[in-house]
Amino acid sequence: MVIYGVALLSICLLIGVLLGKLLGVSIGIDANVGGVGIAMVFLVLLVDYLKKNKKLNIKSQEGMAFWGAMYIPIVIAMAAKQNVVAALDGGPIALLAGVTTVIVSWAMVPVLSNIGRDKSILNEELGGTGDVRNVK
Amino acid sequence: MLEMLSNTFTENGLIVSFAVIGITIYLSYIISDKLTKGKIHGSAIAIILGLVLAYIGGINTGGEQGLADIGIFTGIGLMGGGMLRDFAIVATAFGASLDEIKKAGLPGIISLFAGVIISFVIGVIIAFAFGYTDAVSLTTIGAGATTYIVGPVTGTALGASSEVIALSIAAGLIKSILTMIGTPFIAKYIGLDNPRSAIVYGGLMGTTSGVAGGLAATDPKLVPYGAMTATFYTGLGCLIAPSVLFLVTRAVFGS
Repeated sequence: MVIYGVALLSICLLIGVLLGKLLGVSIGIDANVGGVGIAMVFLVLLVDYLKKNKKLNIKSQEGMAFWGAMYIPIVIAMAAKQNVVAALDGGPIALLAGVTTVIVSWAMVPVLSNIGRDKSILNEELGGTGDVRNVK
Repeated sequence: MLEMLSNTFTENGLIVSFAVIGITIYLSYIISDKLTKGKIHGSAIAIILGLVLAYIGGINTGGEQGLADIGIFTGIGLMGGGMLRDFAIVATAFGASLDEIKKAGLPGIISLFAGVIISFVIGVIIAFAFGYTDAVSLTTIGAGATTYIVGPVTGTALGASSEVIALSIAAGLIKSILTMIGTPFIAKYIGLDNPRSAIVYGGLMGTTSGVAGGLAATDPKLVPYGAMTATFYTGLGCLIAPSVLFLVTRAVFGS
């Protein structure tokens, strides 16, 4: 059922955020440290395991794929609620600091991507924003 | 009649936001197709439109939440808020490959540290060039150049002035917005077309909203990889900016 996928997703996020908060407390920060990242790793491991054991049916996968596909619209809503006025009010120092960091960081991407590189190709497997019905 | 309409909108905030965002995306794809012949991705245009709407909202209400401050559009705040955003980011991991993540583990971690330190140093240098000489202000603006969350967290911890904290937030916001808009344009020049470089990208840029938005407009398949490292960046920044990086800054510039 669709809800199984959604529930799985929710449980992963809740566990991740909880662990992120615990990690935050343990290093003295009142924030969620990497909770979403932890949740993502959980989900990847869980989906990998369930797929290998054929325990994840198409309907459950659709529940997850739907939210994955809602991601871009949510990002656009997020853009629409940014404090753009404050960003532009920061003046030249904020503008220069923001722009310079972005440009230098861009320049670093190819340098760091080559660390320990071997062949890496984009995975075209089932999931994400793709069509879940393509599965055999 | 008008009041009835506005009540219907406010009572169904989240639903209104689905409709508004859907229409925005539809228009963006038409603009992408007709005006740019598909050269600029529809999602990139939609994000820019979103930011323009946020600017209009901010100008009209004086609030901090862009379009979401306008009564009938409050649902945008919920749809674009942290809860649904994190949920959808985790959902994108459903399409990620375990092998790719394993392979990019080391470059991912290196890029996280490199990303925080590079951004911080640039922020400090620019703040210094603009006449700030005390270690607390320099550190706070440097932290703001990492993300707009690390800036105020660091500034509050160190007791920086509210003017400097506001600057640090503004620097972080500029970074986030530029990353959202610029990523699809720069992607092909920096080899941003595979999971490994997306993981490195997330670690270097760090702004979750910027990376997530930018990658979504570049290639949605890359989103989970970039977002995964980006979510650790703010945590790392909050950890080292007010501590190690502050001590180094104070050692260099004096208190």
